[in-house]
Amino acid sequence: MNEQLAYTIEVFANGLMAGVLYALVALGFVLIYKASGIFNYAQGVMALFAAMTLVGIQNGQVPFAHLINAIFGTDVHKFGWHVHSFLAIALTVLVMIALAWMVQRFVFRHLVGQEPIILFMATIGLAYFLEGVADLMWGSELKALNVCASEGACLPQGMNVWLEGTTYEALGYGFFIDNLDIVASIVAVILVAGLVIFAQYTKQGRAMRAVADDHQAALSVGVSLNFIWVLVWSLAGFVALVAGIMWGAKSGVQFSLSLIALKALPVLMLGGFTSIPGAIVGGLIIGVGEKLFEFLIGAPFLGGATENWFAYMLALLFLVFRPQGLFGEKIIERV
Amino acid sequence: MFYREAGDFRTTYAEDQQTFPIKFDRYRYYLVLFIAIVVVPFVVNDYWVNSLLLPFLIYAIAAIGLNILVGYCGQVSLGTGGFMAVGAYTCYKFMTGVDIWWGGELLFRLPEFNIFFSVIMGGVMTALVGVLFGLPSLRIKGFYLAVATLAAQFFLVWLFNRVSWFYNYSASGQISAPERDIFGVLLTGPSVQPWAAYLFCLFFTITCAVIARNMTRGASGRKWMAIRDMDIAAEIIGVNPLKAKLTAFMVSSFFIGISGALFFSVYLGAVEVGEAFGITKSFLVLFMIIIGGLGSIFGSFAGAAFLVLLPVALKVVGVDWFGWPTDIVAHLQLVIVGGLIIVFLIAEPHGIAQLWRVAKEKLRLWPFPH
Repeated sequence: MNEQLAYTIEVFANGLMAGVLYALVALGFVLIYKASGIFNYAQGVMALFAAMTLVGIQNGQVPFAHLINAIFGTDVHKFGWHVHSFLAIALTVLVMIALAWMVQRFVFRHLVGQEPIILFMATIGLAYFLEGVADLMWGSELKALNVCASEGACLPQGMNVWLEGTTYEALGYGFFIDNLDIVASIVAVILVAGLVIFAQYTKQGRAMRAVADDHQAALSVGVSLNFIWVLVWSLAGFVALVAGIMWGAKSGVQFSLSLIALKALPVLMLGGFTSIPGAIVGGLIIGVGEKLFEFLIGAPFLGGATENWFAYMLALLFLVFRPQGLFGEKIIERV
Repeated sequence: MFYREAGDFRTTYAEDQQTFPIKFDRYRYYLVLFIAIVVVPFVVNDYWVNSLLLPFLIYAIAAIGLNILVGYCGQVSLGTGGFMAVGAYTCYKFMTGVDIWWGGELLFRLPEFNIFFSVIMGGVMTALVGVLFGLPSLRIKGFYLAVATLAAQFFLVWLFNRVSWFYNYSASGQISAPERDIFGVLLTGPSVQPWAAYLFCLFFTITCAVIARNMTRGASGRKWMAIRDMDIAAEIIGVNPLKAKLTAFMVSSFFIGISGALFFSVYLGAVEVGEAFGITKSFLVLFMIIIGGLGSIFGSFAGAAFLVLLPVALKVVGVDWFGWPTDIVAHLQLVIVGGLIIVFLIAEPHGIAQLWRVAKEKLRLWPFPH
């Protein structure tokens, strides 16, 4: 098999995997946008916050330890216990639900009926606020994150040896794919399937879709808007936690984790803000597109690191021709 | 009582249409100008200029620029950092003489521009780039556009990082301003007198503010506001959306480019593009106009002053008084800024400028309630 072609296919496959991770973040955006019309810029910071909380709980860190030490002159850092990963995840989910309730109660309840762009700017403020709180709570240093079911049974790291061996024997070229990416893809598929089932077949899911369709009509048949919004923010928090675990296990938990929100934005523009399949397809297109562009054009001709802007340019060009994205609802303007 | 317009009669159209029709406002404006131009340069020292006055003046220009686009024309932009970078790098190229290469040979080299004209060129070039990135605004709206301007942000920063022509092939990838003067007074470089740098920036700030104020209350400003309030209706009453949106992008980018050029040449002296003009800068300027007041020139100043003062004040209180570690204060700052944005959006969407208006109204009536 042609070496160059095989390598291109490998880049393609890696792009698909990266795209799945983008889609995972984009999913959180779509959930909130559909139900409340809020474009939640803070989604990336929520992923960071969730991942930091998870690590903090796992390691038994005292929340706000630095601040407490600075104010009271004490010297506390850790409780001195380690929490099992699953329990820690459950606790983090509780924290994210509490966060969702607070965001709804103290911020967006007061902004109902405002213009979308005002809501968007409020979420930028929320992103800064959450980032500051996360740093104050758990400290801003780089942390390693791993989720273990039991001793030695953690999320796999490194590349998949089996796949490389098999493809080498079959095709004469060993494909190099991260174990973690494979796990992330599987998790993403399960998550999406779960969300779709939840939205289609449960009572709360139906209420959620009703709210997304028409706020007033949903209110008039007795759906509690407040509850649905808290529910949606909690779901987005949960998706953020999953994304945070995957990205955090891959490259450590640090500030740059919150920048994945910026990666998810072009995905949304491409796929449309209101469509779950759009988020997935958009994520895959962006993931594959930027890896292939970097490999075929960026690195040889443009000096590399084109991944920073390629997705945006692609989305920008795309939007000029189709302003609502691939799967978005048609934008109809009335005076 | 303290602030009144009684007995202030206007008898000509010129008097009626001046920028500050109320006498009290006008005198206050002259007083502020007098203090800023005549008094301040004699009393400032290095610390005041470099940590407060210069950033305030330069960010004020950027905030005015962004306010024209976001506050007056309603086109949200997150590309401010990238546009500032265009201003800075254009200014640098013109300061050191633009070299044009063709096929590996030096075709010609422009003479080195005076610092004043370099800054102006920074604005002009940014205006062109702004129009280019403003073109999609004709098709896409709202936060689709906001996200699209991020393309400008990331692409421009990448461009200035990777193409070595922009930083004259220096090994560090930084640009640093050579020593330049006007009429023998040094304005860039390490040995600048504080008052000279201050006056140079002040000149640009006042000029930009006067231009912006007059544009926004004239025909072009009315067109922008019509587009902001409802673009389809504006189109029907005869506002050309193409022209209105692109002029807003152009004027806004011009100001932002000038502020970027000053930021690099006079304030910092040497910059690395990703650090100085990253996405955080875009957000910072956006926060300034949200807190200061969307659609208000005074608000741009107020917001810039607020967000320049806040970190300094926090540092003084947190680090110097309480003796907290600097990283905690930095994190607290994030919390406070983010919280303030939310509070302002909820309680006072028109920002400090609106508080000021309310205060003026109260003072006008005082001591009577109505």
